[in-house]
Amino acid sequence: MIDFVVHDEDDSVGVVVVEGVEAGAELRGWIMDQDKDIVFRAANNIPIGHKLAIRPMKNGDTVIKYGVDIGLAVEEIAVGEHAHVHNIKTKRW
Amino acid sequence: MARNLETTTFQGYRRENGRVGIRNHVIVLPVDDLSNAACEAVGNNIKGAVAIPHPYGRLQFGADLELHFRTLIGAGANPNVAAVVVIGIEEGWTQRVVEGIAATGKPVTGYGIELHGDHETIMRASRTAREYVQWASEAVREEAPVSELWVSTKCGESDTTSGCASNPTVGNAFDKLYPLGNTLVFGETTELTGGEHLVAERCRTPEIRERFMYMFDRYQEVVERHKTSDLSESQPTKGNIAGGLTTIEEKALGNIQKIGRKCMIDGVLDKAETPDAPGLWFMDSSSAAAEMVTLCAAAGFVVHFFPTGQGNIIGNPILPNIKICANPRTVRTMSEHVDVDVSGLLRREMTPDEAGDALLEMMIRTANGRLTAAEALGHREFVLTRLYESA
Repeated sequence: MIDFVVHDEDDSVGVVVVEGVEAGAELRGWIMDQDKDIVFRAANNIPIGHKLAIRPMKNGDTVIKYGVDIGLAVEEIAVGEHAHVHNIKTKRW
Repeated sequence: MARNLETTTFQGYRRENGRVGIRNHVIVLPVDDLSNAACEAVGNNIKGAVAIPHPYGRLQFGADLELHFRTLIGAGANPNVAAVVVIGIEEGWTQRVVEGIAATGKPVTGYGIELHGDHETIMRASRTAREYVQWASEAVREEAPVSELWVSTKCGESDTTSGCASNPTVGNAFDKLYPLGNTLVFGETTELTGGEHLVAERCRTPEIRERFMYMFDRYQEVVERHKTSDLSESQPTKGNIAGGLTTIEEKALGNIQKIGRKCMIDGVLDKAETPDAPGLWFMDSSSAAAEMVTLCAAAGFVVHFFPTGQGNIIGNPILPNIKICANPRTVRTMSEHVDVDVSGLLRREMTPDEAGDALLEMMIRTANGRLTAAEALGHREFVLTRLYESA
């Protein structure tokens, strides 16, 4: 079983693919492009489909997913934290 | 075991113009909002005649009016349609739609309501619809190669599982159909924002790339002209955000997984334009599900791949939508809307190749006559795209 997936090993976030992830849980991840396994600990409760940080980000850092820029961190995000609209914004529009 | 698609066939309806459809609809098509009531009355009178009401068609002008006609004529001309009854408030524009559809060679008759009223129009149109339905009911399906299927794609109520699994499933299937010479289309212009450079790289020639970027920039200008702060809550939608998608860039990168990794973009279409050669086409279009799928129906596509994450339930009266879903919660809570469950991809119980093959298998079953979930549930969203205000 896996708890989250990551598209590319250089990504800063992964996607939770199971329901009921709670803060403190050890999560088993799968990096799809390189077919590697990783383990992280969830810092928050994270709903299915939502992202967790797998690299630390500072305010102003570019967030990478699919190996591509998906926006801007607007506050510091620690590894294992829930990464979503409260701490990431678009660079467009 | 995957099929050899080159030797696989399906049973379809060969139309007068040589195209092959997978449905045999007789439709009752209003030219304008005023004619919906008469069309629906005819649909109620005659079993098997399907009215497709819509709210537009009065005082439109210029490019918006041209798009209106192109969409209605394209819908009637679609090979999934056997015959058409057209009803409009007056004779002139009604005949314009009739003539456009008649170019395919299929049976089509139009009725103007003025000088007749609803009662007489409904009676006359019902007689014709009854003749068409009985005629169409004797059509026999014929064998056709898979390459004759025109396949469109557009996703909806996406979440992060769409980009991880259900959209790549479409991409895997597109990569397998492309070498056969199928005609394929994708679109959703604003939903490429953040990944437009990746789409541009996939254009086969510099001319195609230039045309794609023209369409992309044209839509960005519309957004820039009308936006208030940003498009958050609309692009991505509330449903996308609930599903974990954070920015338009993230949504776009998931979206473009649908065009696979190998196929190249062979041409660019304006809204509801019909491709004139096989290959993968980009069609400039809204990212709203029912608008985009209606434009695909109008462009002549006969089967649609619709990946969803949070559970978009859309259907179309002409173009069957095959729903693909990888979100285990959606598959559990909304199973009646899902045709192909690829949630196994996220448990590593299924490979991308197996998921693509499962979708292609469902495509062939759908082409042979299996009703999609949306068809069985009666979803018939027919939504016209408007470019600007009426005069």
